[in-house]
Amino acid sequence: MSEKVILHYFNARGKMESIRWLLTVAEVEFDEVYLTTRDQYLKLLDDGSLMFQQVPMVEIDGMKLVQTKAILHYIAEKYSLYGKDIKERVMINMYSEGLMDLMEMIMIHAFVSGTKAKLDDILTKAKERYLPVYEKALSGPVYLVGGKLSLADVQLLECTLMLEEKFPAILADFPNTKAFQGRMSQIPSISRFLQPGSKRKPQPDEKIKKTVMEVRAK
Amino acid sequence: MSGKVSLHYFNGRGKMESIRWLLTVAEVEFDEFHLTTRDQYQKLLDDGSLMFQQVPLVEIDGMKLVQTKAILHYIAEKYNLYGKDIKERVMINMYSEGLMDLMEMMMILPFVSDTKPKLDNILTKANERYLPVFEKALSGSVYLVGGKLSLADVLLLECTLMLEEKFPAILAEFPNTKAFQGRMSRIPAISRFLQPGSKRKPQPDEHYKKTVMEVFNLTTLNL
Repeated sequence: MSEKVILHYFNARGKMESIRWLLTVAEVEFDEVYLTTRDQYLKLLDDGSLMFQQVPMVEIDGMKLVQTKAILHYIAEKYSLYGKDIKERVMINMYSEGLMDLMEMIMIHAFVSGTKAKLDDILTKAKERYLPVYEKALSGPVYLVGGKLSLADVQLLECTLMLEEKFPAILADFPNTKAFQGRMSQIPSISRFLQPGSKRKPQPDEKIKKTVMEVRAK
Repeated sequence: MSGKVSLHYFNGRGKMESIRWLLTVAEVEFDEFHLTTRDQYQKLLDDGSLMFQQVPLVEIDGMKLVQTKAILHYIAEKYNLYGKDIKERVMINMYSEGLMDLMEMMMILPFVSDTKPKLDNILTKANERYLPVFEKALSGSVYLVGGKLSLADVLLLECTLMLEEKFPAILAEFPNTKAFQGRMSRIPAISRFLQPGSKRKPQPDEHYKKTVMEVFNLTTLNL
């Protein structure tokens, strides 16, 4: 008896994309209401829909959820993508937090007048700090934690695809991770999400930057 | 059969302070190893102790946990400070994430050259974005979620005390939150933590900033 899940955000990846990925893997249908004008944002504010005046906001199970990580953990727990016990959960969370730090760097880079130095820094961090951890975790296991698909796997897939958009050959030195990517991409719901016409959003462009600046009046 | 809990961090608040608060409220004893030199940090790296080369690191239950939020959720769940079901948990998480966003703004102040605009922004956000939420949640309720002490309450106490250090009268317009602060401060473990000589760390100073910059080999932080 679940009502429809509704996402409120820009027509862009940003902080909502990880949530779109997770809902997709959980095979939960969702609608999207795109923020395109400042007036729409003000209406959401006046309606009291945004706990901290911020998006993402996800309407689910009669609630208006905000804060990306709170939303991801709710969905992960509800759809059994969050490990079987506290120790699995902390592993998932450690992996997940690291991936979100890295994806945040890429996300910010799109909005801050791109400097080469920043992109180099992302590449270095990816190759020295983050990818080796997942490469090691995946030598043998099919999934990152507990032999079962979890939030951490979904985010690793999302993150490695984002990295390859910037650095096409980055997984050349990380064969386990590349193989993992291949396996994940064959999961039917993921495979469909990777096709054109899905709800997956493209890389941010100038138009999206302008919309975000306008809506925020900054 | 828990072994000792050990914290690895600078001798300062930073990202570890919320963890110190939570362990204290959970009445879990802990030791601390303070990072003072780059060599110590290098040793932690070489030992493979830091999953992403970063601190905080908390040794607990045979694991070396990193990532502040992962650590907080582990402790909260283990010591029943994390709600009774999924709906309580998402409320706790929403409140917690908001509070951690606000505390992060204050956490970076020692590393910022021009603090006045940052402080103005923090005051505005606190008064307009964050405190009203908690003020409303506490009208009639003793705790933020489910009538029971949780991670969110601990972080709200920590955050409001930090705010008062910068803006002493900030809770004048938020009586429910002020009353909440008073109730929380009387919980014995918290009352002891607020006394001199506890493991609570003081506000960051030049020495703290210098240590962080040295240990991480930083000349500037782009903040």
